[in-house]
Amino acid sequence: MAGWVIKGARTGIRSSAYPAGPETAIGVSPGMPGDTAVDSPSDAEGLASLCPTGAMTAHDVSVVVDRGRCVHCFRCAQDARMPAVAWDPGFEWATYTDAYQALHAAFSRSLHIRFVDAGACGACMSEARQVNNPYYNMHRLGFFITPTPRNADILLVAGPVSDAMRDPLRKTYAAMPPPKRVVAIGACAISGGVFGPSYASAAGVKDIIPVDVIVPGCPPPPLAILHGLLLVAGRKPPAPRSSLAARADGRPE
Amino acid sequence: MPDLPDGADNLARAVALREVCKTRWGGRFVPAPATTSGHERLRCHSSEVCDLCAWLVQDVGYIFATLVAEERMEDGVTLTYVFQQDSSGSWLDVDVLLDPHERSVPSISPLVHAADWHEREVEDLFGLHFEGHPRLGEFVLHEDWPEGVNPMRRDFDPARALEHRDEQAAWAAPTIVTAPGAFAMPVGPVFSDFAESAQFLLETVGEDVIHTIPRFFYKYRGIEKIAEGQSTGRVLLIAERFSGTAAFAHGLGFCQAVEAILHCEVPRRARALRTLFAELERLRHHAAAITAICGSTALAVANSQAALIEEELLRLSGTVTGHRYLFGLVVPGGLARDLADEHRPLLQAAIGDAAGKLNALYDMLCVSSSFLDRLEEVGVVTAEKAMEYGLVGPVARASGSNRDMRARFPYAGYDTAKPMIPTEHEGDGYARLRVLFREAEQSAALIHAVLEALPDGAIATEPDRTRAGAALGTVEAPLGAAFHWVRLGESGLVERYRVTPPSFTNWHGFHLAAENFAFQDFPIILASFGLSNAECDR
Repeated sequence: MAGWVIKGARTGIRSSAYPAGPETAIGVSPGMPGDTAVDSPSDAEGLASLCPTGAMTAHDVSVVVDRGRCVHCFRCAQDARMPAVAWDPGFEWATYTDAYQALHAAFSRSLHIRFVDAGACGACMSEARQVNNPYYNMHRLGFFITPTPRNADILLVAGPVSDAMRDPLRKTYAAMPPPKRVVAIGACAISGGVFGPSYASAAGVKDIIPVDVIVPGCPPPPLAILHGLLLVAGRKPPAPRSSLAARADGRPE
Repeated sequence: MPDLPDGADNLARAVALREVCKTRWGGRFVPAPATTSGHERLRCHSSEVCDLCAWLVQDVGYIFATLVAEERMEDGVTLTYVFQQDSSGSWLDVDVLLDPHERSVPSISPLVHAADWHEREVEDLFGLHFEGHPRLGEFVLHEDWPEGVNPMRRDFDPARALEHRDEQAAWAAPTIVTAPGAFAMPVGPVFSDFAESAQFLLETVGEDVIHTIPRFFYKYRGIEKIAEGQSTGRVLLIAERFSGTAAFAHGLGFCQAVEAILHCEVPRRARALRTLFAELERLRHHAAAITAICGSTALAVANSQAALIEEELLRLSGTVTGHRYLFGLVVPGGLARDLADEHRPLLQAAIGDAAGKLNALYDMLCVSSSFLDRLEEVGVVTAEKAMEYGLVGPVARASGSNRDMRARFPYAGYDTAKPMIPTEHEGDGYARLRVLFREAEQSAALIHAVLEALPDGAIATEPDRTRAGAALGTVEAPLGAAFHWVRLGESGLVERYRVTPPSFTNWHGFHLAAENFAFQDFPIILASFGLSNAECDR
């Protein structure tokens, strides 16, 4: 068994520089369309009409993206007849919902997570699993998986909430002691994605239990999930809003 | 196989089939014109379906592939039993047309056990009764589902919210152990780690688990129903996303069905690249499965090493295709994005690197006795049972089967880039692990082979979308054979979409491996099967 010790030691430290520094590796995020300024209202309508999930809305001469609906189909980026969409190659997409309240600072370096699969496709869960792996290693940042909801501070949920998972999800939430925060990861958990609402699934976790933080993406890459967790811990700010989005809905940047 | 010539071409087979129907069956079954996907077709009355299916499986050497139930507007429910014959690479559909008022069909499962779960699913979703089936009742739809509501029927509106029955409705596990003190210990549906939702009732008398009762479909999202009446572009999103860890394979299966209906010829470069991406997905998938097996035995360093390889392959996929899970890549007619020339050397180097690291990991695992002790003779599935249950994929290939759609029914570029199919014979956890390693090695070799002979040219053709019809798309997904049956209407919208994923086929046989074991072996048996609930439940 000594071979394993040597193998492990030789591998060295592989953890991402994020959040202290930037992540420079390629292929860590699929990117996402960003809010885009175009030449004419008809261009805006045309660009927005490419989106099959209604994530893009035309506002005069701009297109505003609802990140929680984007499923990375790349159809807005691949149509040569339409104006180019402003592509956001990053991953810091997580943001608060209106229900969110800050946690006490005592929690900021020790948060225990319970995960519930509420009908996720497997990709969200695979990415959540990567967060626990050497490249991302959430332990170094004070996040831990707990085997019981009684010890959990964060409920991490993926999936649109299928019919049969409503009850297990409610029960898990009820079994967690306050203060507790719910993080919905992935387009399905935020908006139902390509599945909900329907007879078999809800339109996301918010239909069943209150959600505090959303992490957009289909699936959100590991660094996006990490950003969402750091957001709960109060150690990272939420995704910024563009001036285009602020102008479109009249809310501040 | 006494009646039909083996390996004959399609026309000769059709003639022979017609002859056999006349002589052996006295004209009881009528061969119908072949389907769009080139399947032979027999039409029979529901009272004769058992005779016919049993003959096909027991005497002619056909293997049950899938059951497609469909309710067309004009008439009642049609049941299509799809059979495949690996030796000749041919297909046979048995069509049973039911009258609109007919609600009962004889069950073929006592004779063809692989059809067991298919019939249970149709019973739940269509409200058809299968006479003689040993176990019908609650399956896809759980206990709080309203009685008598069958979601796959035409008159069911998928947008309406359900009126659930009492949510505390009692559900009793169908236990079989009657020893004093025996009880069923529930595991799931929520697990203590990152695990998919499913429940397993472990029947035990204390230490040893005698029998496992799996309970699935916690993740049923009704994808077959919500696909109805949608455009192919919309259904493609669903096909890719119902099982995200095998997105490319399932997207490809759906596109191949659509292409068969539209008579669309895919350019050579796109066919070769489809093979490349499918193998990239398989390689990454198997690296993840190996990570899970190492994790289940608590071998922490091996778990981390495999996880590193998995993440490197995810990054590679993200770099060369734009998406870590290959979403949005395959489209009817070809591919949406090309492989950039500057990525070819990167791909070559990274695949070689991953294959080398997997080899090194395998060499170390093979001499770690504490690891091998946990896998060897654990979760055994015999070759006979694997055949009886019609198991597919790495699970079947660890039990001596060499079934693989890529070799038997080549698609994409597999007619030129031929895979070698590794098989093992013990059928235990260690055999399944070895199959995963050897398949990963094969995938890497196939990627190199495709890159060396990558044709130039277009990556997509625009299909002529005026045709209607039905076709079956088949692929070898990372977990095994997947069947995507699609019907397009005159308007070009999807009228029926039926997916038979490998996890559905293999979970059916999971209980075989989960009998008479010690409690602590359960995670290992689960990981060595490596199945997906998202894929099974749909």
